[in-house]
Amino acid sequence: MMLQAKNVHKSFDGKEILKGISLDVEKGDVVAILGPSGSGKTTFLRCLNFLERADQGQLIFDGDVIDLHNASKKKIAHTRKKTAFVFQNYNLFQNKTVLQNVMLGLTSARGFDKKVAQAKAIKALEKVGMADRLDSYPIQLSGGQQQRVAIARGLATDPEIIYFDEPTSALDPELIGEVLSVMRQLANEGMTMLVVTHEMEFARNVSHKVLFLEDGKVIESGPTKDFFENPTSDRAREFVKKILSTHEGTQE
Amino acid sequence: MNEHIWEILTDAFPKLLGYGVRVTIPLMLLSFALALVISILVALVQYANIKGLRLICRFYIWVVRGTPLLVQLYLIFYGLPKMGIVLDAFPCAVMVMGLNEAAYMAETVRGALESVSKGQVEAGRCIGLNYLQIMRHIVLPQAFRVAFPALSNSMISMTKETSLAATITVMEMFRQAQVINGRVYQPLALYTLVALIYLAFCTILTAGQHWGEKKLGSYGQTSRQESLFSRLFGRRKAV
Repeated sequence: MMLQAKNVHKSFDGKEILKGISLDVEKGDVVAILGPSGSGKTTFLRCLNFLERADQGQLIFDGDVIDLHNASKKKIAHTRKKTAFVFQNYNLFQNKTVLQNVMLGLTSARGFDKKVAQAKAIKALEKVGMADRLDSYPIQLSGGQQQRVAIARGLATDPEIIYFDEPTSALDPELIGEVLSVMRQLANEGMTMLVVTHEMEFARNVSHKVLFLEDGKVIESGPTKDFFENPTSDRAREFVKKILSTHEGTQE
Repeated sequence: MNEHIWEILTDAFPKLLGYGVRVTIPLMLLSFALALVISILVALVQYANIKGLRLICRFYIWVVRGTPLLVQLYLIFYGLPKMGIVLDAFPCAVMVMGLNEAAYMAETVRGALESVSKGQVEAGRCIGLNYLQIMRHIVLPQAFRVAFPALSNSMISMTKETSLAATITVMEMFRQAQVINGRVYQPLALYTLVALIYLAFCTILTAGQHWGEKKLGSYGQTSRQESLFSRLFGRRKAV
């Protein structure tokens, strides 16, 4: 097992958002985290990377046991360096060029030599098809291009797992495809990915496992095929039915 | 009569300019430097939300912004000696003006720091940067760009505020104009002259701000190419 989250709890202002979420991830897994808005998907992902401090819960990552509530700064830094996080709003550094955005995690955070860092950064940017815009600033790029640079920024540091927090939700419809195809390519190459998404097509065709949350609880957790074809719970069955029917509706 | 005034002015001009360059400008620069250091510290304390210290900073800003600079100068220079604290006029002016403007500049700097999106800070943490690295590479450069015009504003304000130091016996440019006027009594001519010298100083600073903003760049944003002339006189080129 590469990553295990156990019994993650989190409240905001007395309202319980996560009521004990657990998840197992094997190396090379692509896990789609699904569920209606407000079900706690994003909060769960953010807790795993300590962007939110969980009230309770355990992370077992690479054999390291980490308390999600009490983890030390050192442990957090150590864990983060093995992961990457892709945000809904890209969050590129506005004062840095594309190349600088991708290099910063290598030079400043990991002490790579500048030349080595640059080569790694360019390689990552080539992978997402953005190597021709090295000197552009984020503001000069479309949303889809910014998100691809953000993915390259994560990739460049050779993470063991990449967390995606609704990576296409802020994009214009015509730009979603370019980001999803980069993600699909990563999945095919065996990258371990945790993806919070509303893109059912992607979840169905690319992910291996589905974690279905509702109201802060795990309703269903298992292989993607089972989830879409034989959901065991009523809630999951309803969700799939609704998604598939609206999907077919928009395609007609 | 007219020749008489002309003579007075040509006589006064080098004297006034001399005091301007030797006293007014250094007074402004020293006060501004002090204000800059204090304002950055006060803003960072609030940005980093250091409990306790934060309260002290808000209290300081509240008191200093809520009382007139002239009253503050009087209080420190004429009032404190009653408690046995006697300060020389020039350092007293630097200290009071620096502390005064710092309260405003602290709000400028805090606003600029907060203008950098939280998401960029989170992204910095996720790629493995520590707090200081995030501040140095991401937050401070962007905040400085945002704060620069307002800080230039403060500097220009302070250039003129130095004239208040005359009231606590600092022999600066305006005080010198008063002294000359006491001798020759030509208030209209002399005060016009001194006003023009202040205007010249501020024009130089405006040009400096213009140059600085260009130099700082805008991270790829297409800025409107404004000439210094249009900045000073508000005329825009037709696009």
